[in-house]
Amino acid sequence: MGSSSSSLNNVPDGQQLMQETGFSAAHLLRLYERFKFLDKDNRGHLRSEDFEAVPELSENPIGDRIVGAFFLPGQETVDFSSFVRVLAHFRPTEKNRTRAGAQPDPANSRNRKLKFAFRLYDQDRDGKISRIELLQVLREMLGMQVTEEQLQSIADRAIQEADLDKDDAISFDEFRKSLEKVNIDHKMSIRFLE
Amino acid sequence: MGPRWTSALLLCLLMVASSLANEAPAHETSASGGNQTSTGHGEAAPITTLPIVTWKWHHVSTPYLVALWILVSWLCKLVIEANHHVTTYIPESALLICLGFLLGGMIWGADKVQTFKLTPTVFFFYLLPQIILDSGYAMPNKLFFTNMGGILIHAIIGTCWNAATLGLSLWGCHKGGAMGDIDIGLLQYLLFGSLLAAVDPVAVIAVFEQVHVNEVLFIMVFGESLLNDGVTVVLFNVFDAFVSLGGGAIDAKEIVKGIISFFVVAFGGSLVGFVFGLLISLLTRCTKNIQIIEPGFIFVLGYLAYLTAEMLSLSAILSVMFCGMCCQKYINSNMDERSVQTVRSALKVFANGSETIIFVFLGISAIDKSIWVWNTGFILLTLFFILVYRFIGVFVLTWMMNRFRLVPISLVDQVIMGYGGLRGAVAYGLAVLLDETRIKEKNLMISTTLIVVYFTVIFQGITMKPLVQWLKVKRAALVELSLIEKVQNKVFDHALIAIEDISGQIGHNYMRDKWRNFEEKWMSWFLLKSSARKKQDRLFNVFHELNLQDAMEYVTEGERRGSLDFIRNENAFVDFKKKFDEDFAEAMPDIMADMIQFDGCNVVFLYRGDPVPSVSLEMHEQNLRGLRQAEEINAHHLLEQHLYKGRKQHRHKFSRSHFSINQDENEVQEIFQRTMRSRLESFKSGKMGVAPPKTITKHTKREQQPKMPNGKNRSYYSGDEDFEFSEGDSASGYDASFPTRVSYRTGAGIENPAFMPDVDPSSPMHIPPWLADAELEVSPVAPSQRAQVRLPWMPGHLHRLSSLRTSPRSGDSVQEGDEQLPPPPPPPPRHDRDDNHL
Repeated sequence: MGSSSSSLNNVPDGQQLMQETGFSAAHLLRLYERFKFLDKDNRGHLRSEDFEAVPELSENPIGDRIVGAFFLPGQETVDFSSFVRVLAHFRPTEKNRTRAGAQPDPANSRNRKLKFAFRLYDQDRDGKISRIELLQVLREMLGMQVTEEQLQSIADRAIQEADLDKDDAISFDEFRKSLEKVNIDHKMSIRFLE
Repeated sequence: MGPRWTSALLLCLLMVASSLANEAPAHETSASGGNQTSTGHGEAAPITTLPIVTWKWHHVSTPYLVALWILVSWLCKLVIEANHHVTTYIPESALLICLGFLLGGMIWGADKVQTFKLTPTVFFFYLLPQIILDSGYAMPNKLFFTNMGGILIHAIIGTCWNAATLGLSLWGCHKGGAMGDIDIGLLQYLLFGSLLAAVDPVAVIAVFEQVHVNEVLFIMVFGESLLNDGVTVVLFNVFDAFVSLGGGAIDAKEIVKGIISFFVVAFGGSLVGFVFGLLISLLTRCTKNIQIIEPGFIFVLGYLAYLTAEMLSLSAILSVMFCGMCCQKYINSNMDERSVQTVRSALKVFANGSETIIFVFLGISAIDKSIWVWNTGFILLTLFFILVYRFIGVFVLTWMMNRFRLVPISLVDQVIMGYGGLRGAVAYGLAVLLDETRIKEKNLMISTTLIVVYFTVIFQGITMKPLVQWLKVKRAALVELSLIEKVQNKVFDHALIAIEDISGQIGHNYMRDKWRNFEEKWMSWFLLKSSARKKQDRLFNVFHELNLQDAMEYVTEGERRGSLDFIRNENAFVDFKKKFDEDFAEAMPDIMADMIQFDGCNVVFLYRGDPVPSVSLEMHEQNLRGLRQAEEINAHHLLEQHLYKGRKQHRHKFSRSHFSINQDENEVQEIFQRTMRSRLESFKSGKMGVAPPKTITKHTKREQQPKMPNGKNRSYYSGDEDFEFSEGDSASGYDASFPTRVSYRTGAGIENPAFMPDVDPSSPMHIPPWLADAELEVSPVAPSQRAQVRLPWMPGHLHRLSSLRTSPRSGDSVQEGDEQLPPPPPPPPRHDRDDNHL
C-alpha cells in the first residue's frame, strides 16, 4: 500500500480523485497507466482518435457513443480526471461500506449510472430520448438483421411502453421507471483490477 | 373428491401389482411343471382343445410390472399434487418418499420380503440420464457461465472437501471409539465420504424450485449439484479402486494417478458430451424432411452420450449434461417450433417422471429388514459431520470467491447454499454399488446413506421454505419482458465491453464478447441452418413475443366483448389505444400480406385507406415471407379458431408421419348442399331481377346462430345487412377484401349487390371450388389438382393452403378460415358444372 500511495503522487489530482470517485490508489494507478498508454503522444489528454485506436472498440456497435460520453459537450479532449470520473460510473456499489467523505450522490449510484445510460441515447442532450434517437441506437445494435420498417415499429413500441406523458419521447424519469426492475448495479458495473 | 378417488385407485392398483407379483413365482413353478395350459406355456404340454383365451401373466410379467410401477409412482404424485395445502408446507419430494414408505410397507406386508428395490442399474441407466439431460437442456447458459468459477470451485473443491473431511473425521471418531466395534478402515471411510459428498441435483431442484430463490443462488446450488454428481462418481471410482488395491499398495504414484484420472474422467466426460452436442446440432440442420421424428434425435443422442461416456469410463453425468447445454441453442433454432416444444415437454415428462419414481422407490427401498444395521454413533456422527462440513465448506469457499466477485454472495445466501446440501438418490445408488466382499459394513453404509437422504430431503426440505422466508432471502423476481428493458440490457452489455476495452481491463465481459464473436462467426455458421441464423437476435424475438402476446390479448378482448366487431368499429379501434395498430396487424398478418401479393386487391387496399399503418403492414409481410411464420400462424390460429366452425368438427385422420387433418366427408356434404341451395336461390332471383327472398337468408341465419362456437361469429351475422359497406374504411382485412369479392361476384353473373353482404359473411353458403371439386371427385381430403391450379386466383390465404396441409395446428383453422373468406371468383366452367350438378 505504501508503495502505491507514494507513486500516487505521479497521478494528477490523485488524492482528490480518490475522494471523489471512490477508486483506490491501486485502481487509479492502473487507470493512469492505461491512460498514458492510450495517450500515445503524451499530450496529457485524449482525443477521440486515441479512443479509436482501441481495436476492439471498432467492433462495438455503440462504441462511438461510449467514447462520446467521455467528452464534455463542446470539448475535444479528455484529461485524466474526467476520464476517471466517467469510468467511476461503472464502479460496483458498495453496500455496507460507507466511506468517510463519500459524496451524497457518488458516480456509481444507481441514479448516476442510469443517467449515464440515458445520455448514451440522448445525443442532443435535450433530456429526452426521441423516437429518432432510439431508432439510431436500435439501428446500430440490430444491424442488418432487421429491416427498417421492423426497426421503426420496434422503436414505436418501445416508446409507447415507456412513454407515460404521451409526448412521443422518453424523459429521464420515464426511462428510470421503465428500468425499475432491472438491477442496474449488477448490469452496469465492471470489476476494476487493482 | 378427486384426490380421494385417485388414492382409492392407487390402492387398487397396488393390490393388483403386489398380487400379480405374488402370483408370478407361483405361475412360474406351475408353468415349469408343464401341466397348466392356462399359463400360456401350452407349447410344452399337448393341448387337447383350442383355448379361447389363455392367461399369460408370465409372458408379460416384467414389462407389465415396470409399467404398473411407473403408473403407481405417478399416481402418487397426482395424489400429492392434488393436496395443495400440504405441498405448500412439505416439499413434494419428501411426500413422495413418505408415500414410498407406505407402499413399501404394503409390499412387505404382502410378501414378507422387499421384492422391489431401486437397483443401481435401473437408477443409473434408466432413471438418471433423462433428468440430467433435461437439466442441461434447460440450463440458463449465460447465468451458468457467468457463475462458472464459483460453481466449479464448489463442485470440485467443495466435493473433495466434503468427502475428505467426512471420511477423516469418521475415521478419527472410530479410532476414538465412538462407534464400537465395526470393521471399517480409513480407505473405506474415505470411500463412504466420497459417496455422500455430492449434493444431489434431483433433490435440490425439487426443493429449490418450490422456494423460488434468486437466480444467482439457484444457479450456484443447481450448477454445483449437477457438476458434483459427476465429481462424486469419479471420486467414488478412484477410492473404490484404492480400496480394492488395498492400503499397502498405495504409494505416491498411485495417488498421482488417482488425481490424474479424476481430471481425465471429469473433463473427458464433458468433452464427450460436447462432441455429442455438436453432433445433435449438426444433425438437426438437415432433419427438415423428417420433422416428425426430429425430436427423437435429441433423446437418442443424449442417451448415447451418456452410454458412450460410461463405456469409456468417463463421467457419464457430466457428458449428458454438457451435451444438453451445448446443443440447446442450436437445436432450438434449427428445429421447427413444434419440435422444440415437443423436445421440451417430452424431456420434462421423462425427467419429472423418473424423478417421481426415484423418490417413491427411495421410500420403498427403506422397508427392508435385511439392509438395516443400526449403529447410533456412526449414523449420528455422519449426519452431524455432513451438515457441519457442508456449512464450513460453503463459507470458506464463498469467502474466497467473494474477493473476486463483482456482486458478492451475501451471508444469507451462503446459509441457504449450505442448508441446501441435500443428498439424494445418487448417494444411495453408489452405496448399493459397494462391493460387499471388500467392505464388510456395506449394509451399515447403506442404512446410513438412507438416513442421511431422508433427513436431508425430508427435514431440510421441509424447513427450507420457512428458513428462506425467515432469512428474507432475495426471491426470484418475476421477469417481465419489456422492450425498453431488453434494449437497455443490450446497451449495458455493449457499454460494459466498451468500458472494459477503454480502461484496459480484461473481465467477464471481455471474455464473453470474445466468445460471442467466435460463436457468431464459426459455431453458428457451422451448426445453424442459414434460415435459423437470421432469427438469432434476441431483441427482435422479444419484440415478436410482445406482439404475439398482444394479439392474444386482443383476441381475449374480443371474446370479452362478445364479438370481434370492435375491430371494424373505427371508434372502438381508436379507444383501443394506438398500440393495437400493430396487434391488429399481427393478428391478421397473412390476410394483409396476401392482399398485397394479390395484385387486384392491392389497389383496392390502398385506395381504401386502411388505418393500419403501412409500417406494420409491411413488417408483417416480411415476417410472413421469412422470419417467423410458425408463430404467426399461432396468433392466427387463435383468431380463426373463433370464427366459423362447421357443424361437425374436423376429424383427425391417423397417419404415422403427418399430422394431417381430414375433413369430414359429412361436413363437406353439408356445406355443399347448403351452398347449392342458396346458390340456386340467388341464381334464380338474379335471373328474375328480384331481390332474393329474405326469408331464406334469415332462415339460414337462425339455423346457424346457435351452432356458433362463441359469440365472436356473430359479428358476421348480426347488424344491418350492409354494414360492411358502410364501414368500408375500417381496419379489418376481411372488410378490405369485400370490393374484390363484389366485383368477382358481379362477373359471375349475380347482379344483386344488396344480397351479397348478407349471404357472403355466412360464407358456408358458398362452396369453395376445391370443396366442390372434392365433392365431385369424392376425395374430400386434399384440394384436387384443379382446385390447386385455381388457387392463385383466390384472395385470402388460399394459396397458403397447399404449403400448410401438413401443419397440425393450422390445418383445420386454415380451412375454416377459408370458409370465412369471400368466395373465389368462380370461373365460367365451374358455374356450368354447378348447374349440371344441380
